[in-house]
Amino acid sequence: MAASRPNQLFRNKSAKIAAIPMIATALVVFLGGTIWTVAHSFTSSKLLPKWDLVGLTQYERLWGTRRWLISIENLMIYGVCMLVFCFVIGFVLAALMDQKIRFENTFRAIILYPYALSFIVTGLVWQWILNPEFGLQHVIRSLGGNRPPAECEGVGLSLSCWLSGIEFDPLYNPRIAIYGILIAALWQGTGLIMVLMLAGLRGIDQEIWRASRVDGIPAWKTYLFVVIPMMRPVFVTTLVLIGAAIVKVYDLIVAQTGGGPGNATEMPAKYVYDYMFGGQNLGQGFAASTMMLLAVLIVVIPWAFMEFGRKNRG
Amino acid sequence: MTIRSILMAGGAVCAAGYASAAELEVMHWWTSGGEAAAVAELADALNERTEHTWVDGAIAGTGQTARPIMISRITGGDPMAAFQFNHGRQAEELIEAGLLRDMTDVAEAQGWKDIVNPPLLLDACTVDGRIYCAPISIHSWQWLWLSHKAYEDAGIPVPTNWAEFVNAAPALEAAGKVPLAMGQQGWQQNGAFQVMMISLLPKEVYLQVYRDKDAEKARGPEVGRIFQALAQAREMSRDSRVQDWNQATNMVITGEAGGQIMGDWAQGEFQLAGLVAGEDYTCLPGLGGNPTLQAGGDAFYFPALDDPEMTAAQGELAALLLDPQTQVAFNLKKGSLPVRGDIDLSAANECMQKGLEILASGEAVPDVAQLISADSLTRIEDVFVQFFADETITAEEAQEQFAALIEDAD
Repeated sequence: MAASRPNQLFRNKSAKIAAIPMIATALVVFLGGTIWTVAHSFTSSKLLPKWDLVGLTQYERLWGTRRWLISIENLMIYGVCMLVFCFVIGFVLAALMDQKIRFENTFRAIILYPYALSFIVTGLVWQWILNPEFGLQHVIRSLGGNRPPAECEGVGLSLSCWLSGIEFDPLYNPRIAIYGILIAALWQGTGLIMVLMLAGLRGIDQEIWRASRVDGIPAWKTYLFVVIPMMRPVFVTTLVLIGAAIVKVYDLIVAQTGGGPGNATEMPAKYVYDYMFGGQNLGQGFAASTMMLLAVLIVVIPWAFMEFGRKNRG
Repeated sequence: MTIRSILMAGGAVCAAGYASAAELEVMHWWTSGGEAAAVAELADALNERTEHTWVDGAIAGTGQTARPIMISRITGGDPMAAFQFNHGRQAEELIEAGLLRDMTDVAEAQGWKDIVNPPLLLDACTVDGRIYCAPISIHSWQWLWLSHKAYEDAGIPVPTNWAEFVNAAPALEAAGKVPLAMGQQGWQQNGAFQVMMISLLPKEVYLQVYRDKDAEKARGPEVGRIFQALAQAREMSRDSRVQDWNQATNMVITGEAGGQIMGDWAQGEFQLAGLVAGEDYTCLPGLGGNPTLQAGGDAFYFPALDDPEMTAAQGELAALLLDPQTQVAFNLKKGSLPVRGDIDLSAANECMQKGLEILASGEAVPDVAQLISADSLTRIEDVFVQFFADETITAEEAQEQFAALIEDAD
C-alpha cells in the first residue's frame, strides 16, 4: 500500500463515487439486516416480526434444545474434517499436478468439474451412490456374485463371500451418516482448493526450486519448509472460502439426507430455517442465526487482528 | 397440451374484455401426479363455470417451501387472489394482522355451516366468530396399511388390530421381514405417535393433552402406555432404513414389511402399484381400535384485496370450491375425503368408504395443527426424531420431554 498522504481522501474521486452504491448496499443490506436480525432475536416474534422484547428467553430455549446441541456437534465434526481434508487433499493434488505431467489441463478440468455442480445436485448424486440398494454397496456385492448369507455360512475364506457381505451404507447408519455428507462435500469442494493451490505453486519463483536442488534438499522438504510458508496468502484465501462454506452448509444436507437418519446430520443452518419457516418462530430462528454469526466472529476477529495488525507493522 | 394452453391464453385475452372478469392467481403446492390432476379440476371448473380465469401459481416442494413464499408475497404487499394452507393455526397471525379477507358473507350465503361435515373443519377456519377460509378436502392419519403377502409368507393371518399386529411381529421377523415400515423422518414418527394417541386411548385424552395442554395428563399412565407402544414400534421398525414415506409404503407393497402407519395419501401408492384393497392389502382405520379420524386437510385462504371486482371474484371461487360437483371431482383425483357429508362418492374404493362411514358417524377430532402452534409442533417432532434415532432413550424419558413441551406449548 502506498504511504499515506494528507489529501488521500479526495484522490481517485470517480472511483470512490462509483463505489458508493456497493458501500451503501453493504451497509444497509448486510450490516442493517444483521443488526435488525440480532435485535429481533430478543423478541417473541412468531410468524411476523414484532417488537416485543423478552430478553434472553429465546437463547435459553435454544441452548436447552437437544437438536441444537446435536447440530453444533455435527458442525464441529464436519468443520474440522472438512478443513483438514480439504487442505491436505487439495494441496497434495496440486503438488502432484505441478510435476509437469502430461494432459495437465484435462486432469485439472476433471478434478475441478464437480465444483460446477450445485450442492443440490451433488447431494442427490451422492445420495444415490451411497444408497445400499443400488449404489456402491450393490456394485461391490455384485462383483462377488451377490451371494446370500446362508450360502456363505461355514465357507471359510472366500473372496466372493467377503464381497457379497460387505456393508457400506453411511447415509443409513446414524453413527457415520455425517461422514457420508463429508465425502460428498469433499468431492465437490477439493477441486477448487486444488486449483487455488496450484496457482499458488505456480507463483513460486523457479529460482527457489533450482536453489534447493543445488543444495540437494529433497523435494518434499522443499515443499514443507520453503514453499508452504511462501504460499501463506493462498492459504488464507482458501481458509476463508472453506470456512464460509462450512458454516453455511445447508443445501447439501437437505438434498442428501434431510437431516436424517433421525437427526444424525442436522446442522445449525437447518435449525434456523426449520424454526423460522417450518415452526413459524422468527425469534427462535433469529437467536440461532445470531449464535452462528457469533461463532464466525469469534474465529474471524482474532484472525483479522493477527493478519492486519501484522501488515501495519510490516 | 400446447393447444390447450393456447386456448387458455386466448380465453384469458377474451376474458380481459369483460368488465367483471378477473384473473385469479391461486397459489398451492400440489404438484405430484395425483395432486396436479386434482388442481386441474378446480382450474377447469373456474374457467368453465365462471367468467374468471384461473392463473396457476404452483410452488414445487412441500408446504415448508411454499408457505414462506406465500407469506412473503402477502406481507410484501403483492397478494395473490387465493392460497392453499393446511387449515389450523398457521394463518392465525395473518388474520390478526388483518391481511386475510373475512369470508363470513360468502359462508353465510352458501350455508357452509349446514353442509360442512365434520363441523370442526369450519371451526378451524373460524377466528372470533368470523370465517376466514374455505375447507376443500380432508386427510386423515389414522391408518394402518398391511401387506397380505408378508403375512402369507410368514404363515400367519393378517392382524385386525394393533395388539395382534404387535404379537405377529416375531413371526414376521423369523420370516426375514420388517414388521413395521417407517421412514426415518420426524413428521412420520410424530404422526405415528398421534395416531396411537387417538386410536389406542379414548379420544378425550388426546383432546386433553393437545387442546387443553394438560401436562398432568401427558405425564400420566395412559399416555405412558402410548410411549411404551411407541418403543415397541421403534423396535419393530429397526430395520426399516428408508427415509421417504413412499419408500416405506413400497416395502409394504412388495411384502418386505408387514405394515405401515401412514395417512390416507398412502393409498395412491397402492393404487399405482395395481394392488386391490381387501385382496392384496388391508387398511385398518384407527389401527383397528377406535374408529376415530383426525380431520386435518387443506383449505383455501383469501388475502384482503382493495379491488372490489377481485373481491367479488374471490367470493365466487370460494363458493365453487365447496360446490358438490367440484368436491367430487377434486377429491376423487386427490384420494382425499370431501368436506361435505351430503354428496355421493360411490366411485370411491373400499378404504375411502370406510373413512366416509367414520366421518358420517361423527367420530372425528381436530388435527393437531388446529390445536397447537407450528412452533410447539416442531419442538415435539424433534423429541420423536431423537427418540427413534437413539435407542438408549427410554419411553419414560421421552414422555417427560413431551410433557414438558406440552406444558410450555401455546
